[in-house]
Amino acid sequence: MAERSFKAEVEHLKLGEGETFTGEGILAITKALLESGVGYVGGYQGAPISHLMDVLSDAQELLADLGVRYEANANEAAAGAMLAASVHYPIRGAVTFKGSVGVNVASDALANLASSGVTGGAMIIVGEDYGEGSSIMQERTHAFAMKSQFWLLDPRPNLPSIVKAVSDGFELSEASNTPVMLMVRIRSCHVTGSFECRDNQRPSLTVREALSEPRSDFARVVLPPMSFAHEQDKVKNRWPAAEEFIRERGLNETFGPASAKLGIVVQGGMYNGVIRALQRLGLADIYGETDVPIYVLNVTYPLISDEFLAFCEGKDHVLVVEEGQPEFIETQLGSFLYRADSDVKLHGKDLFPMAGEYTGAVMLDTVEAFIREAAPEMLPANVRAPNAEKPQIPDLSKTVPIRPPGFCTGCPERPIFAAMKLVENELGKHQIAADIGCHLFAALPPFEIGGATMGYGLGPAANGAFDGGGEKRPVAIIGDGGFWHNGLSSSFTNMSFNKSDGVAIVVDNFYSAATGGQDIMSSRATNPTKSTRNPISKALKGVGIDWVREVDRTYDVGRMRDTIREALTTPHKGPKVIVASSECMLNRQRREKPLRNAAIKEGRRVEAPRFGVDEEVCTGDHACMRLSGCPSLSLKKLDDPLRDDPVAHIDQSCVGCGNCGEVADAAILCPSFYRADVVHNPGGFEKWWAGMSARLIGWLIRRRSAKRLEFQSAS
Amino acid sequence: MTVQEALAPRQADLRLGGIIKLAILAVGGQGGGVLTNWIESMARASGYAAQATSVAGVAQRTGATVYYVEMAPAGDKPPIFSLMPAAGDVDIMITAEMMEAGRAIMRGFVTPDRTVLISSTHRSLAVSEKTVPGDGIASTEEVKAAAEVAARHFICADFDALAIKNGSVISATLFGALAGSGALPFKREAYEDAIRAGGKGVDASLRAFAAGFDSAATGSETAAEGSPVTAASGLAGPERLLRGWEALTARALKLPAPAIEIAEAGLKKVVQFQDLAYGEDYLERLERVAARDTGDGTLTREAAKYLANAMAYDDIIRVADAKTRAGRRERIAAEMNSGDAQVMHVTEFLHPRAEEIVSMLPAKLGARWAANPKRMALIDRLFNKGRRMRTDSLPAFMALYFLGGLKGWRKRTLRHAQEMAHIEAWLDRALDEAACDYDLAVEILRCQRLIKGYSDTHARGQSKYARVMEGIDLLAGRDDAAEWARRLREAALLDENGKALDGALKTVVSFA
Repeated sequence: MAERSFKAEVEHLKLGEGETFTGEGILAITKALLESGVGYVGGYQGAPISHLMDVLSDAQELLADLGVRYEANANEAAAGAMLAASVHYPIRGAVTFKGSVGVNVASDALANLASSGVTGGAMIIVGEDYGEGSSIMQERTHAFAMKSQFWLLDPRPNLPSIVKAVSDGFELSEASNTPVMLMVRIRSCHVTGSFECRDNQRPSLTVREALSEPRSDFARVVLPPMSFAHEQDKVKNRWPAAEEFIRERGLNETFGPASAKLGIVVQGGMYNGVIRALQRLGLADIYGETDVPIYVLNVTYPLISDEFLAFCEGKDHVLVVEEGQPEFIETQLGSFLYRADSDVKLHGKDLFPMAGEYTGAVMLDTVEAFIREAAPEMLPANVRAPNAEKPQIPDLSKTVPIRPPGFCTGCPERPIFAAMKLVENELGKHQIAADIGCHLFAALPPFEIGGATMGYGLGPAANGAFDGGGEKRPVAIIGDGGFWHNGLSSSFTNMSFNKSDGVAIVVDNFYSAATGGQDIMSSRATNPTKSTRNPISKALKGVGIDWVREVDRTYDVGRMRDTIREALTTPHKGPKVIVASSECMLNRQRREKPLRNAAIKEGRRVEAPRFGVDEEVCTGDHACMRLSGCPSLSLKKLDDPLRDDPVAHIDQSCVGCGNCGEVADAAILCPSFYRADVVHNPGGFEKWWAGMSARLIGWLIRRRSAKRLEFQSAS
Repeated sequence: MTVQEALAPRQADLRLGGIIKLAILAVGGQGGGVLTNWIESMARASGYAAQATSVAGVAQRTGATVYYVEMAPAGDKPPIFSLMPAAGDVDIMITAEMMEAGRAIMRGFVTPDRTVLISSTHRSLAVSEKTVPGDGIASTEEVKAAAEVAARHFICADFDALAIKNGSVISATLFGALAGSGALPFKREAYEDAIRAGGKGVDASLRAFAAGFDSAATGSETAAEGSPVTAASGLAGPERLLRGWEALTARALKLPAPAIEIAEAGLKKVVQFQDLAYGEDYLERLERVAARDTGDGTLTREAAKYLANAMAYDDIIRVADAKTRAGRRERIAAEMNSGDAQVMHVTEFLHPRAEEIVSMLPAKLGARWAANPKRMALIDRLFNKGRRMRTDSLPAFMALYFLGGLKGWRKRTLRHAQEMAHIEAWLDRALDEAACDYDLAVEILRCQRLIKGYSDTHARGQSKYARVMEGIDLLAGRDDAAEWARRLREAALLDENGKALDGALKTVVSFA
C-alpha cells in the first residue's frame, strides 16, 4: 500500500458533466484520461508522478467498472511496451513515469512504438524532474521526442489547460498515428485548481474485447524493409498530419496585442512564470492581460514554422523562454527565421542562463533585460531607474547548514550502513557502487558509503569492471525496488554469468520506498490485485547465485556487520549476495500506529519502546551521531558550566527501532543509551512483580543515599 | 486587519496588488502539506481564488521542502498565479524551523518591504551539526538577528514545543500564528473552520491553533521554552558529611573570584564522583593553581572546570552509579510518559572490553596484565561482549548497584593511577607555562576538553590531546602561541579522525 492514500480523492473522479472538480494536477490528469475514454493505463512510480500511480491504484475499482485495464508495470520499459496495444487496436492507452530517467529506461520501447505508429491514441505522461526538488541528473526529455519523433505537449500549468491537453493529445495521436508525450513539471503535478468536468467515457473497444478479435499487420513490425517505410511515413505523412492538427485546432495560443515591436515565445509550462515577471514589471495584470505579445507553445515538438513566422511578423525582437539545455526550441526557431530570410532578432540563451531552473528572479531579470533592449520605453519609470536601495541583509551562508534528504527516523537501512561503516573500519575502504533509492542517502554524511550511481537496478552492474576481484572485493548496494525494476536481469544475471567475485547487498524494505511505498514483487503484504511475497532469495537462486545470506532484522547491527565481513572474506568464489530485510519504518508506523493506539484503548497489553540517553554518562563526543544521523537522535545543550559540548538527546519522535543501542554495543561506543519499554495495560501478575522489584530497588537506592551526600538536581 | 493595511508600507508592484503570496519552508515530515491545505481551503471558503503547489520528491525524506500558496479575491476570470516563490516577492513566509528561516532569508524570500516572517525557533539539527565531535550547532541568534533586519514583521516562538504541549503537531500552531499575525484578511473563525473541515484530530489541532494564535498575537515567546536543566537545588546526607561539605565550600570561597562559581560546581562533581576527601584533593590542586595565578583568575577558573572533569573520569563505577542513582527511574518515566497504570522496562546497553576490566584491577597488577597481550585476549574472550541489562529487574540492578558501590576500591585501581598521572602531568605542564605565557597556560588547561568518550573514542581523544600538546611544544615562546594552541584544539574538535588537526599541525610545523 502506498504512502499516501487517495481513496477519498478518487470519489472526485466520478464527477460528471456540469460539475466542477477541485484538486491537484495529477488527479485532474487521471480524470481527463477517464473523460477521454482511455482503455488501459499503467506506468512506474517516481517523483513527481508517483502520486499519479497511487491515484490509479486507488481507483482500480472505478477503472474496472469502466472496462479500463490498470497495470503497475515492472519498470518504465514495460510501461512503454504496453502501449503496443494501441498499435493495431483503436484503443487509447496512457502510461506514466518520470523524466528524464524513466524515459531513458523506456526509450527502447518508445522508439519501436514511434516507428510502428499507432492506431489508437497513445499517451506517455512524463513528470519532468528538473530544477528544485529534483532527485536526478538535470537533463531534458525533449531530446527523446526529437530523436524518435513523437509529439511533445507542454501545456500551461493550470488544470483546465492540462485537462484539455490530455484530450487534445489523444486526438493528435490518432490524427497523426504517432504517440504523444504529455510533459508536466514538478510543480504542475501538485498544483491545485478547478476545471469543469465531462462525463467519464467507457472505451469504445476494451482490451478484453480486443483479445477476442486479435489483429496483426506485418507492415507495422520494425523489420526491414518496413522500418524504412516507417521513417518515410513519419516525415511524409505523420508529421504533416500533426502540424495540420495543431494548427487547425489551435493547440498553441497567442496572447496580448496583435502588433508590437517585440514578442515572447514560451513553453506552455513556463507561461505562468513569464506572466509573473510581466506582472511585476507592470506589463500584465493579475489575469494575464498583457502588453507584450506571447506565443505559447503548448506543443513544443513539432514546432509549426508558419505559425511562428506569422507571430514574428512586424516584430523586431523575439525572446524564447526555454528552460534547460541544450536549447532545442530556440535553435529550431532560429533556423525557421533564417530560412524565411527574416531580420527578426531572436533572443534566448543570450539573456537567460544556459543551465538551471528559471526561477522567479531569473525570469524577472531576463524579461526585464529583454524589454530594456527591445522596447525600453515600455518599462515603467521606477523599473527603468529604481531609486530605492536594496536592503543589506546579513549573510547567513556560513551559518545555515545544508539539509539534504536522509534516512527517516527508525529507518531499517541506517543499521545496514552503520554495520558497513564498522566493517570498513576493520577492513579498510572498499569500492562501493550504489543504486537508486533511499539507500543512496548513505552516500551522504554521516556514512559516506557509495561512490557512484549508474541508474535504477544497475548498482551491481556498475561494479562489472571489478567482477574479477582482487585483494579486496567490490561491493554493490541495491534496493528491493531496483532489484525488481531492472536489477535481477541487468545486475544479478550479469554477476552470475560473469562469475563475479563481488558482494551485493540488497536492501529489502518491503516496498518501492523512495517513490512513496508502492508494493513490489517481494512486498510482504497481500495485495488483492498484485502478486506479492515472492522472495528475492528465490530469484537469486534461480539465476545461479548460491551464496545468499538473509538477514531478516537489519537492526541487529552485530549480525549485519558479521555477515558483511563474512561476504568480504569468505573463500567462496562467485557472487555473494546479502538480502537485508526490515520493513520501511515510515510505512510500518503508518500501518501499526493506529492499530497500537486502538489496542491500548481496548485495554490490550502493548509494549511501546523508546530510547533515551543518560545525560550524566554521555560525554558529548558525538560518536553515536556519526553512526546514525537519525532525526530523533539529536543534541542538547546542558545548563552545566562544566560542560562545553552538547550531549546526545533522543526526542519524542523516537520509534524505538533499536539502532542506537545496537550501534553503541556493536561499535563499543558508550554506555549512555537505554531503552525504555512502556508496557500499557500490563497483566495483574506482571504489575505486582514489577511493583515488588521496584520496591526492593527503591530500598537499595535509599539505603545508599542515606549514607552519602546527594545533590538533588531539579532536572 | 485587512490585507491592504497589512501590505500598506511596501511599494507595490504596479499591477500585482491583489495577489497574496505565501511560502512555507519546512523539514520533510513536519506536516507542511497539511498547513498548505488548510490555508488554501480557508482562502477558497472565504471567496478567494487560491492555488497551492509543492515540491515533492525525496526532499520529503527529512530534507528541506518548500510549499507555496497564492491567492486573490475571486473575480470573473481566474488570476494567473505563479507556481513558485520568487526572491523579493513573498508577502508571508512561514518557516517551521529556525535554520529554515535562515534558508528563506538566504534565498531572498524575506524582504523588509513586504515580508511577514513567522518562524518556529526550535531546532531540528542537520546531520552536519550533529557529527562534529565538538559543538557544531549553528547559531540561532545569528539567524534571529538577520530576520529582524530582513523581515517587515518577524514573529517567532517555539511553535514545536507549543504544539507538543497541546498534544498536536507544529502545523497547527503555525496556522494559529498565521491567524494571530493578522497578515491574511481572514477572521479567526475562517481558520478554525478550515481545521474542522480537515476532519483529523480536530480538537487537538484547535487547541494548538489557539496557543499559536495567542503567541503570535501577544508576541510572547514565553510558555514555549522547555524547562531548563538547573544545577543542584538541594543537598541531603548525614550530618557529618554535610558539615564536611560546608567546610569545603567555605574553602572554595577563598579562591580567586572568577573561579568560585565554577569551583563550586566542580567540587560537587568530584564529591559526587568519589567523596569529601576527593573534594579536598580537588581544592588542594586548585589552590596550587591559584597560587601561581598571576593573571585575572582565568587560569584558576579554567582549572576549576577542567580539573573537575578530569578527576570525575568515566570509569565503570561512575557509570554503574549513575544508572542506579536515586531519581533516575522517575526521570525516565516522566520522559517516557509512563504513569502508574503502566509498567516500564529499562534496558541498558553495556559492552565492557578487557581494557575496562583490567583498569579496575589494582594498579600494579593491572599494568602487568595490560602489557600482556595473551592475557588481554583471554579476558576479552571471557568478558568482551554486549550486555543488555534490565535495570528494572533485581538481578541486573544488583550487579550495577554493586559496581556502583566500589568507590572504596576505586583509588587503588589502574585506571585511577593512570588518570592521576595524567592530571599531574597536565597541571604541571600548564603551571610551568603560567609564569612565562599565561594565555598559553590557559589554553593548555582547556585541552582537557579533547579527552572524552569511552573505549575507542576515548583513545582517539587521548591521541588528539597528545598531538595538540606536541604542537604546543613547538609553539612555546612565540607571541601568538596561545592563539595557535586554541586553533589546534578547535581543529581537533572538528572531525572524528583529526583531519583538520593534521592540517593545522602542518601549518604549525611550517612556521615553528
